[in-house]
Amino acid sequence: MAGGHSTYKPNTAFERWIDKRLPLPRLMYDSFVAYPVPRNLNYAYTFGGILSIMLVAQILTGVVLAMHYASDTGLAFNSVEKIMRDVNSGWLLRYLHANGASMFFVAVYIHIFRGLYYGSYKAPRELLWILGCIIYLLMMATAFMGYVLPWGQMSFWGATVITGFFTAIPLVGEWIQQLLLGGFAVDNPTLNRFFSLHYLLPFMIAGVVVLHVWALHVTGQTNPTGIEVKSKTDTVAFTPYATIKDSFAMVVFFIVFAYFVFYIPNFLGHADNYIQADPLKTPAHIVPEWYFLPFYAILRAITFNIGPIDSKLGGVLAMFGAIAVLFVVPWLDTSKVRSAVYRPWYRLFFWVFVLDSIFLGWLGSRPAEGTYVVMAQVATLYYFAFFIVIMPVLGLLETPRKLPGSITEAVLARNAGSAAALPDGANAAPDKNA
Amino acid sequence: MSVNETHDPNRRDFLYVATGTAAVIGAGAVVWPFIDQMRPDASTLALSTIEVDVSAIEPGMSVTAKWRGRPVFIRNRTAEEIEAATGVELDELKDPVARNANISSDAPATDLDRSAGEGKENWIVMVGVCTHLGCVPLGQAGDFGGWFCPCHGSHYDTAGRIRKGPAPENLAVPIFEFVSDTTIRIG
Repeated sequence: MAGGHSTYKPNTAFERWIDKRLPLPRLMYDSFVAYPVPRNLNYAYTFGGILSIMLVAQILTGVVLAMHYASDTGLAFNSVEKIMRDVNSGWLLRYLHANGASMFFVAVYIHIFRGLYYGSYKAPRELLWILGCIIYLLMMATAFMGYVLPWGQMSFWGATVITGFFTAIPLVGEWIQQLLLGGFAVDNPTLNRFFSLHYLLPFMIAGVVVLHVWALHVTGQTNPTGIEVKSKTDTVAFTPYATIKDSFAMVVFFIVFAYFVFYIPNFLGHADNYIQADPLKTPAHIVPEWYFLPFYAILRAITFNIGPIDSKLGGVLAMFGAIAVLFVVPWLDTSKVRSAVYRPWYRLFFWVFVLDSIFLGWLGSRPAEGTYVVMAQVATLYYFAFFIVIMPVLGLLETPRKLPGSITEAVLARNAGSAAALPDGANAAPDKNA
Repeated sequence: MSVNETHDPNRRDFLYVATGTAAVIGAGAVVWPFIDQMRPDASTLALSTIEVDVSAIEPGMSVTAKWRGRPVFIRNRTAEEIEAATGVELDELKDPVARNANISSDAPATDLDRSAGEGKENWIVMVGVCTHLGCVPLGQAGDFGGWFCPCHGSHYDTAGRIRKGPAPENLAVPIFEFVSDTTIRIG
C-alpha cells in the first residue's frame, strides 16, 4: 500500500524547492494524508494514535518535571513535595505525568487486546507485532524506574523487590543485581541511574515507535474483517477520515484522563508512597502499580519447586515468560483466519483470556495466602494455556464462519440497502458500523 | 584487488582477520568501562565494615544496625528461643545449610552454627533481608516465633531459618566477630 506511487503535488515554488532537497512534506503527505486506510476501522483502532499522543504528553510533562526534581536520596522526596506545593502549576504537571503513565497503560492494553482479537499479528505483520512487544517492554522499564524517583516507601520497596528478581538467576544473579543497583541495596547510586535511564528510555520508545509505524505503513492496517485490502473501494483516505476519527477518540480519552487528574489524582497510587523511603522498615503490603499486577500475581503463583528450579526462580521465569510468550504469538496461532469475528470458539477463549487477565490483576493486589494462591495458580495456568495450547490447537480444529469476499462486501452486507459501493472519499459514512 | 588475489590470498585473509579481531577487542575495551561504572563504587565499598556496641542488649532484646545499606538484626536470644531452635531436627528444615559466612559453606543449619558460636549461643547476627525478594522481616512474629516477612509470607524460626513460605534460604549470617565482649564488628 505504501509502496504505491506518491500523489503529493508541491504547489508553490518553495515546496518544490524543499521537495527536491528533503522530501519530508511528501513523506508526511503520503503517510498521514493520502495514505489509504480500510473503510471499516472501528474505535478499537484509534488507540495507536492515542498512544502516540500519550508518549508526547509524558515526554513534555517529564522534561519540565526534571527541571525541578533532584535525584538524591536526601533531596528526592522533598523535591517532589516542592513540585506539589511551591512550583507554579507543579501539582498539575506531576498529576498529569503520574496519571498519564496509567492512561498510557490503559491505552496499550486495549491496543494489545485489539491486536489479539483481530489477529493483527499474523503474516505479514509479525515484525510489526514484535516491535510493539518491544515498545511494551520499554514502557514497563520506564514506568518502573519512574515510580522509584519520588523516593517514597513503595518506590524503595518496589525497587528492592523487582531488582531482587535478578538474584534468582543462578551463579551470576547477585553480581547482576549489584550491577543494576550500584551497591548492595537500593540507594543513592540506584536512584541516580534510574533517573538517567527514565529520561533516556522514552526517546528509545519514540525510536521504536517510528519503526512500528513504518512497518505498519508497509503492510497496511488490518481491519475488523481481517481481509486484506483488495481494491480502492475497500479504503478511504487517512485525512480526513482516520484523522477525524482518531482526534475524536483522543478527545474522549482525554476527558477520562482529565477526570483522573482533577478529581481522583491519587486513586491509582498508594498512600505509602507519601512516606519517605526507609531502608529499615518494609510496608505491610508491597503492591506494584496496577498495570503490573497481573504479572505480580503470576510471580507469586509459583510457590512450588519444579525439578531443579526452585520456587523463586520459577516465579521469576513464569513472570518474564508471561511477557516473552507475546513475542511468539504470530507463530503460535495456527488459524488461517485472521479475525475473531469469524472464529466463534477463538472469540470465546479470547474473552475468557481478557477476564483471566483482569482477574490476575485483582489477585495481584491481594495478599499471597490461602485461596488467593490457588486462584492465582489456576488463572496463571489459563494465561499460559491460552497461548501455548489453545492458540495452536484451536487453529487446527475450529471451523471458521464464511468470510466475505472483500471489505466492501462486508460493509455493504451490514448496511444492506442503505448504501451502494461508493467511490473512495465519497460522501458515505464508511465507519457507520463501528 | 586483482593484484592481491593473484599474489597471495592468505596474507590478505590474515590482515582481514587480524583487523577484525583488533576491532572486536577494541570495541570490548570501550564497552567495558560503560558496564564497569555501574558496579558498586569505592565509597559504597568503603562502608563495608561497622562496629556495634551491644552492651545494653539484654536477653530478649534486639538491635538493628545498618550495614551496606541494609539492616542487620542483632539479637540476644532468651533461653526459650535457643531451646526452641535446638529442638528442631535438620530434616525438618527447608534449607539445611547454615548460610553462615563465618564458617564453612556446607555447614549444617544447627542452632549453634547459626549463632555466634560456642559460649555465645545467645547471640544471633543476621542480614535482615528476606531471601525471597529482599523485604525486611518483622522480628518476633510468624508461626515460629522468629521473623516473619510481610511481603510474601515467609516464616523464619528463632534461629532465622526458613520454615514456611516462598523464601529459598535461611537469613544470611554476615562475617562478624566480637572484638570485645560488648562490641561486634560486622564486615
